[in-house]
Amino acid sequence: MQMAASKSIIQPVISVDSVSKVYAGETVVSEVDFKVQPGECVVLVGHNGAGKTTLMKLMLGLTRPSSGTVKVFGGNPAVSGAVAQHKSLGYLPESVAFYDAMSGREVLAFYARLKGVSSNDCERLLESVGLGGAAGRRVGTYSKGMRQRLGLAQAMLGNPRLLFLDEPTTGLDPGLRHQFYELIDAMHKEGVTSLISSHALSEVEARANRFIIMKAGVMIAGGTLDELYLQAALPVRLQLSVAAGQASSIAERLGSGLTIDEIGDERLHLSCFNGDKMPLIRRISALGDLVSDLQIMPPRLDEVYSHFMNGDRP
Amino acid sequence: MKMLWILAMKELRDGFRNRWVAAAIVVLGVLALALSVLGSAPTGSVRVSELDISVVSLASLSVYLIPLIALMLSFDAMVGEFERGTMMLLLTYPVTRWQIIMGKFLGHVLILSIAILVGYGGAAVVLTLVTGFSTEGWPAYATMMVSSVVLGSVFIALGYLVSVLVRERATAIGAAIGLWLVFVVLYDLLLFGALTMDKDQLIGQQLFSMLMLVSPTDTYRVLNLSSFEGVSEAAGIAGVASEAGLSGTLLISVMLMWVIAPLISTLLVFQRREL
Repeated sequence: MQMAASKSIIQPVISVDSVSKVYAGETVVSEVDFKVQPGECVVLVGHNGAGKTTLMKLMLGLTRPSSGTVKVFGGNPAVSGAVAQHKSLGYLPESVAFYDAMSGREVLAFYARLKGVSSNDCERLLESVGLGGAAGRRVGTYSKGMRQRLGLAQAMLGNPRLLFLDEPTTGLDPGLRHQFYELIDAMHKEGVTSLISSHALSEVEARANRFIIMKAGVMIAGGTLDELYLQAALPVRLQLSVAAGQASSIAERLGSGLTIDEIGDERLHLSCFNGDKMPLIRRISALGDLVSDLQIMPPRLDEVYSHFMNGDRP
Repeated sequence: MKMLWILAMKELRDGFRNRWVAAAIVVLGVLALALSVLGSAPTGSVRVSELDISVVSLASLSVYLIPLIALMLSFDAMVGEFERGTMMLLLTYPVTRWQIIMGKFLGHVLILSIAILVGYGGAAVVLTLVTGFSTEGWPAYATMMVSSVVLGSVFIALGYLVSVLVRERATAIGAAIGLWLVFVVLYDLLLFGALTMDKDQLIGQQLFSMLMLVSPTDTYRVLNLSSFEGVSEAAGIAGVASEAGLSGTLLISVMLMWVIAPLISTLLVFQRREL
């Protein structure tokens, strides 16, 4: 019994094992490997056509891998027996479509019935996504943002344990975006595992435990933010405020293991690799009063991202 | 079973919402009444009931109309949801693909049943009120209504098969019209042509019976025009079916096969489909 209990704790919610998918002779996902642990929020990042949506469809059992294995809640999601698991997952497809002739309330009630959720929950969800007033209107008359919000409401039906959100914030204005992430945060606190795809890294930066960067079907990098910084091996920038006229002599005295970006009158811009950073800082502090201030600027996330996207794989 | 019911109710509500049910009731009811009124004129001294005559004219009308209504209900069922993207979301809910097909089927058959029951049934009630009540003719009329539902189910199932096989709605419309032409017009035309050319009587009774079982519309026709004596007399084909050795049970079974086979094929195609 204890064995089983400890096993269920370490068992990942999702495991993708060297998965490839070929559509009509074209490889859209190639040899992708990753795992998602319970309670994690993992973000799939990449341009359009990077294979993010296909990966989600594979995990939802909508399509089958050409090679490799996908497991969700420990089983193959593409067999009909996996349908029972669908009660505990929510999915928001990219540019979600509904039955246009039905009202927002009817659409949500239909999905709620399929999930065995009471209709009281529907009203609460409609309110929470700000559709309370428009619930009686035909979905065909909804704006893109309203559809997206209805999409989110249906994904949250029945308190899912696992959420798949494909480009969830497209079509939402900044205020709604913020509100949206508050909803996600609240679910996250309750231990919901989520997989979010996005092409805007900065937006999801603070929410995610881990990132998976996809490019043309290949997973080119994956890990926590810190790991990504390490993998990218981008230079750290240092900005020194120095005594007037001393900038070039200081630059000479600091020696090797750095790049001089700019020499001003009272200012010196340097960059170095992460491993060279501490020795360099020690040398700088040994300069004493010559240096009056030091600012260290780690690479920004979008730099890390564009580093990976521009193809120079580490 | 609960899932089937939820899915069926959605289709039924759609049918009421987009006035499909209402339109079908009006078309079937008005035509049934019109045919009954026109049909009752030349009864003369032949002792057949009003309803029997109605069965003859209605069965001939249904052969054209019911498949058309059924195909219009069903051609969009699968391809429409694929094209709009609603199928993808539906499949992430706790429903199997089998339940989706059977749920839709149940809903569409309900829509058609309501239309036939109210349309044809209403016309029969009006006719009885005008001509006076008699128990005669009701079994045949009831058989006609039930077999019309089965005929409709055949074409709903065939419509699904078309709908799951094609990639675009426009293709589905074309294929549905093609199906209608083949089963409702072309097959009979060819058979009639063959019979007229067949001077040496190569097509014997046996072969003819077989040929009647090949097309579900002809099976329906034989079932309704020859199963009841009063009707066969009115239709002028007394005893064709009994001579041909085609019992009512056999005819209905053949029609049910035409429902089951396309439904299973639809499911097999749908199961393999990747979204």
